[in-house]
Amino acid sequence: MPDPIDISILSRREFVAAGAAAAAFAPFVARAEDPAPGAPLPSQKFKDDFARITGSATPVEGKITVDLPETAENGNFVPITIVVDSPMTDTDYIKAIHLLSTENPAAHVATFHLSPVNAVARVQSRMRLAKTQDVVVLAEQSNGEMLISTTRVKVVIGGCGI
Amino acid sequence: MAANPRIKLPETAAIGDVIEIKTLITHVMETGNRHDKTGKPIPRDIIHAFVAKFDGREVFRAEFGPGISANPYLAFHMRVPGPGIFEIAWTDDHGVTTVATAQLKLI
Repeated sequence: MPDPIDISILSRREFVAAGAAAAAFAPFVARAEDPAPGAPLPSQKFKDDFARITGSATPVEGKITVDLPETAENGNFVPITIVVDSPMTDTDYIKAIHLLSTENPAAHVATFHLSPVNAVARVQSRMRLAKTQDVVVLAEQSNGEMLISTTRVKVVIGGCGI
Repeated sequence: MAANPRIKLPETAAIGDVIEIKTLITHVMETGNRHDKTGKPIPRDIIHAFVAKFDGREVFRAEFGPGISANPYLAFHMRVPGPGIFEIAWTDDHGVTTVATAQLKLI
């Protein structure tokens, strides 16, 4: 199993800055669907990556279950499980799962490519979150349709080397 | 530098079973956004590609960005088509590929 993350690699200044950033964003716990005034906005990189991945498809909500902590104590290490409800047959399966972050310096976190041999569309990994933000999962179906799920995660100490 | 690649499979499986394959590798996953003590940027160094083959056939593939945590962990599933060996390859920004293999034991 993984080695514990060594937060001592952060200098004191980085640590204080990370704490201040987390505190500054703490009030913004509203859901993405009803953005509160002053809520964090998706980065341009997120918008670009989102547009590149979705192409001409209009993502619809549903069928995706994303397991993420409501509050991540350490943004360097946030466990994530993604499950997409799909029969995963030769004619109806999930081709790809894209993982995006609305406010990390690099919006595209990962893409997982699947096929019917996987039998279930379920992946598990660990991600970094620079600050409180939305985690967006896009699932590409074999018929070209796109599914979407958005999860807000509150981050106490940011990751991504801020 | 990638080190210590690990693959965890169920002890045994039967043909037709859906099994979980857990993988882990030791790697710093340097984002490229950090600076050293002198203010010099630390260059990006991440594992950006993951390919899993079973019996020579690709069964799962992933691309990673800097948003994947250090020591990347990844788990996925597969329906067992028969006996075989998993071959998993992690490729970093230097173009270095680390490969691990694991035999799936059938009952």
